[in-house]
This record gives sequence, C-alpha cells and structure tokens, in this order.
Amino acid sequence: MKTAKFQLETLTCPSCIKKIEGTLSKMDGVENVKVLFHASKVKTQFDESTVQAEELKETIRKLGYPVLSTKVS
Amino acid sequence: MFQWVHQQTNRLTLFSGILLAIAFVSYFLHYHALQQSALITATIIAGVPIALKAYQSLCMKAFSIDLLVTIAVIAALFIGEYVESAVVTFLFLFGAYLEARTLKKTRSSIRELTEMAPQEAIVKRNGKELTVSVEEVEEGDRVIIRSGSKIPVDGSILTGAATLNEAAVTGESVPVKKKQNDNVFSGTMVDNGYIEMTAEKVGEDTTFAKIIELVEEAQESKSKTQQFLDKFANVYTPAVVVISALVFLITRDLHLAIIFLVVACPGALVIGAPVSNVAGIGNGAKKGVLVKGGDVMDRFSKVDTLVFDKTGTLTKGKPEVTDIKTFQGYGVNDVLRLVAIGETLSEHHLGQTIVTEAKKRELPMDSSPEDGEVIKGNGIRAIVEGTPLLVGNKALMKAEHLNIPNNVLEYAIMQEKKGNTAIYAAIHGEVVAVISIADQIREDAIPALHELRQHGIQKIVMLTGDNRHTAELVATTLGLDEFHAEQLPADKVAFINKLQKDGHIVAMAGDGINDAPAIATADIGVAMGEGGTDVSMETADLVLMADKLMQFSHAYSLSKATMRNMKQNMYFAVGIVFVLLLGVLMGGIHLASGMLIHEASVLLVILNAMRLTRYHRQPKTQEPPAVLQPA
Repeated sequence: MKTAKFQLETLTCPSCIKKIEGTLSKMDGVENVKVLFHASKVKTQFDESTVQAEELKETIRKLGYPVLSTKVS
Repeated sequence: MFQWVHQQTNRLTLFSGILLAIAFVSYFLHYHALQQSALITATIIAGVPIALKAYQSLCMKAFSIDLLVTIAVIAALFIGEYVESAVVTFLFLFGAYLEARTLKKTRSSIRELTEMAPQEAIVKRNGKELTVSVEEVEEGDRVIIRSGSKIPVDGSILTGAATLNEAAVTGESVPVKKKQNDNVFSGTMVDNGYIEMTAEKVGEDTTFAKIIELVEEAQESKSKTQQFLDKFANVYTPAVVVISALVFLITRDLHLAIIFLVVACPGALVIGAPVSNVAGIGNGAKKGVLVKGGDVMDRFSKVDTLVFDKTGTLTKGKPEVTDIKTFQGYGVNDVLRLVAIGETLSEHHLGQTIVTEAKKRELPMDSSPEDGEVIKGNGIRAIVEGTPLLVGNKALMKAEHLNIPNNVLEYAIMQEKKGNTAIYAAIHGEVVAVISIADQIREDAIPALHELRQHGIQKIVMLTGDNRHTAELVATTLGLDEFHAEQLPADKVAFINKLQKDGHIVAMAGDGINDAPAIATADIGVAMGEGGTDVSMETADLVLMADKLMQFSHAYSLSKATMRNMKQNMYFAVGIVFVLLLGVLMGGIHLASGMLIHEASVLLVILNAMRLTRYHRQPKTQEPPAVLQPA
C-alpha cells in the first residue's frame, strides 16, 4: 500500500471534490481518496501492484485538473 | 483541448467583457446589427468554458452550478434574450475569477506557512559540503546552517550556537538562543550564528511537516452546519432544475423559468460556512494555535469551564532559582559560583537547577570539585578551589551540627511560605546563604486567564497531583475558582465527568501523558505543544505550539469570532435567496440582475470571512508588569 499526494492548481468549486473523489475511488486498487479542497491537494492510498501513481495522475488530469507535483511515499 | 480552454478562461472573460462594452456603446449609437452580433459572440466566448465544465461534471454524474447556468443561457439564446445571455455568462466567469482571487486570500495564512518550508540543505558527507534538496537529507546526516538560512530538518545541535526565529513552529517571532545539544526544528530560521546539527527527523516526520498536514486536514474537517449544507446542496441543485421545469410547464413562460434557474444557484450558501472555518483555522495556525477542524471551533466557542493541570501548564514545569540571599558579607555570585561547581557532583534536579542558574549568569565554572560526596536526599559536601562547602536542606545542616542563625532561619521560613524550597549553603562551617528554588507561574497566566474570563469563561479550576500547600498558593495567586490537590489521573477524569453532568462544557489543558485521559474526556482537549510532541499533537483538539497561555486566550476569542462570522454568512446567504426568489415572483428581477446579485452575495460572504485572517484580540492598552510569582 502506498500513499500519493497530488498538488493541483487552486481548486475553487466544492463540486470538484466529488468529481475527483468519485472517479478515483472507482478505480481498481485505489483504497482511499481524500481531496484537501483548501490545500488543493488529492491524497490517495493505493495498491501499487494493481495501479500506478502515474495512472491516477492521468485520471485527475483528464477530469480537467492539471497536476503540478506528485509525492509518493 | 478542454485544458486549453480552462487555461484561457481569464482571457475569454476579458474578451467577453470588451464585447459587452462594444454592444453597450452600439446600443447608444443605434448600430443594432453590431450590438446583436457582439452580444452573441460574447455569449459564445464566455459560454464555452462554462458549458465544458458542466459537461465534464455531468460525465461524472455530478450536478454543478455550471449546469444550471448552461441550461439557462441556452434557453435565453433560444428566446432571443441576447443581452441577458451575454451578461449572465460574463458575470458568472468574472464572479468565478473574483472568487478565486479572494478565496486565495482567505487561504493565505496556510499558504504563508507552507512557503516557510525550507527547500535546500547543506550537508557534510565524507568531509565535503554538498547542497542538496530537503527531500534528500537522510537521518543521521550532518547538516550545516549559516546565518540567514532555514533549518531543513529536525535534530540537535552538534557544534555552534545561534539566535533562531522559531515563528514557523511556535507562532512567536521572539528570537531564541540555541547552543550545543539543543533541539532545533525544520522551518525555523537562523537569524545570527552558525550551527552544525545531526538530522533526526526528516521529510514528512518533521514537526513542521506535521503542523502543515494537521492544518490542511483541519480545514477539511467539517462542522455539523457544513455537513448539513453539503447534504442540502446535493438535493438542492437537481431540485432547482426540476422546479424550474415545473415552472415552465405550469406558466408556459420560459423566461421566468430560466430566471428561476439562475437565481436559485446555491453559491453563497454552500461556500459561507467553509470559508469562515478556513480563515479562522488559518489565523490560529499562524499565531501558533492548531485548531483541529471546524467542529472543534464550534465546540470550543461554547466552552464555559476551564480545567488546568498545574505543573507545566499554569506553571513553567521547570524549577528555577527565584532568590539568593547571602549573609556575613559574601557576594551573591561568588557563593553561587562555588555552590554550582560543587553541585556538578549531584544528579538531583534541585542541584541541576543551581548549576543552570550559574550558567545563565555566565559565571566561570572551569574548576571541578576537588573532593566531594553526595549525601543522598539531603545535599552535598565538597571542597571547591580550596574552600570547604556544605550545601543542602535544614536536616543536613543539623546533622553536621551547624548553627543556623535566627535571621537566616526566619528568612528561609518566609521563602518556604511563598512556595519555595530553601537550600542552605555553608562555607568553612558557617551558613552564609539561602538559595530559593520554585516552579514559577507562567508570566502570561494572569493576563491570559483574565482575558479568558472577559470572553465568557465562567469557571476556572485547577487539578494537580502536587501537595495542597503549593496548589493553594498557585490558586490564590491566579484567583482560580476552585482547586483540587493530590489528584490522580483517574480523579481528574471523574471530576471532568461530574462537571459535564452538571451541564458545563469543559476544556481541559495539560501537558504530560498523565493528563491524557482527562484531555480525552473533556469536550475540548488542549495540549501544550512544547515545540511539538507527537502524542499531544495527535490526541488533543487544540495545540498551543509555544506553550503560551495567551495563545489559548486568543484561540478562545478566535473561535467565538469564527462562529459569529459563520452565522453572519449563513443568515446573509439564506436572506439573499429569499429576496431573489421573492423578486422573481414579483417580476422585479431579470436574468442579468439576478446573476449580479448572486455573484455579489458570494463575494460578500468570502470578503466577510477574510476579516478573520486578520483577526487579533483587542490590543491591550497596558501590559501588566511581568512579575514572577513563586509557586
């Protein structure tokens, strides 16, 4: 199990939270998703054998939110 | 392609604004064709990013405000209301732009904190100095920090000394002196000096990283009001679509239906509560108080009873020399120096306190005791620089058959009544000095408790494991309502339970592990951070990073101000929705003016919350003199 933190551009609409949390949590291997709205960050816990941080990042980007930086630990 | 459009949103907003101006001018010049085409182009330019966002959310099965606006604009174009469609799209985008700008300001406190995070570090590896990024510093690295740089990781000083600004961790920008073996924290700044340190905690484990993480999480944790509003918005937005469809079906008036769609947008209602919390929590974080979330703010503002632990909370928790009185014509520093050198033999905390005091006075202590022994529980006997010394309590003096003159004894008893421990020092078999040691009350305890009472605290109680005599002294000095001495951790819990049963809302402040059960029982648990111990930071609802009781008082008035601010926002937002709906029904509000009022209300709510980021307790006209009271 790994934790990835994605820094996004400033989030302004609270509905973005649901959009991102909903989509990511439906992905295989994703255990936990939390959008830190005010910090404009997405925190995820995922199983690195089924899904990669890069794929999560791509999904977030496709939703319309460019990812500025990624931290995996 | 989507991304490109979103990145250009600001430019598109500007374009549509210019086109609107052109349309306005052509209206006066009666260029009808130009006016119409400018309006339609403006609608399309500003409408595309809104429609795209709506489409993207719809793909995720989320109803957003963008969707309401998109439907309204399409309908407006359909019935030929070009002025309205152009103004609505422009205002919506411009409003979003202003919202983002002002939201940024309410979040500024936490951003300023994260910007204090160090970026680079200089480490010494294999005798060479390397500049690396902070992430690359490993535990055990020897790190070099020069004056003007930030400390990159947590650790202790190996060599060197410096004056530090620890505001990033404690919220207090008073310079602090640190030397060998002292702990230093990531994010703090070396104002002056040079130090080499070992890295003990790196990356996400540093106190600074934990503070940021706690604050970020706190800003997300929702108060009950917020949770209710979130649920409400979930139902509300689709309901608005259904109701406006009904309005159209019943009245057959498409215009009225779309006005309804726009004015019913829940903007200010949804954002009102969270912005207040974010601004309030951010303000606290910058001043060295971690408030763990919106619900903590809510509960804390309702607290009416405070329970304090004594040692380390109301007092400093570190015994200090409060007075040294010499007799027979000896100089204070001369006696202290000799005694301190003798006490280097002793491991006893009172002996250590004397050594610390001598070091603080920068007395030269190069020599070591030539011959000495520790008389356990009583004191020491030693020969220092050829002078025979006897230092200890009254029992030791008696055991050695030394005569304590009456004036010395009277003085010592007086000091003991003030809560001190009196230590006698004899030179050449003659009692020449009394050293008083006490755990002092924090300098800011009196003004802080006074302020807390002013802001609505009705009852202040102290629970301590200490003896009754010392407890009574602290309680009287501070003017507490009640105190209970010789309390075990379980007694403290029982006492808090009883207060709660009597209908009080209780905040409990304490430091060590022995207070943890009481802190957990209270409605609000307050921990002294002492530069951040993991346990207290994680279990408490509120952490005072610099151990200042004034921070506690600030947090209390801040929580009240935050709740006030949130209520103002809620009343305002609900009021505006009613006014708008009423206006629509009376026919006095059009699409464009409805949008204007809607956006203005969202901005007002954010601006109101922004006041909290600058919130400061009323500056006192006069600082009370910092009198050190022995406990």
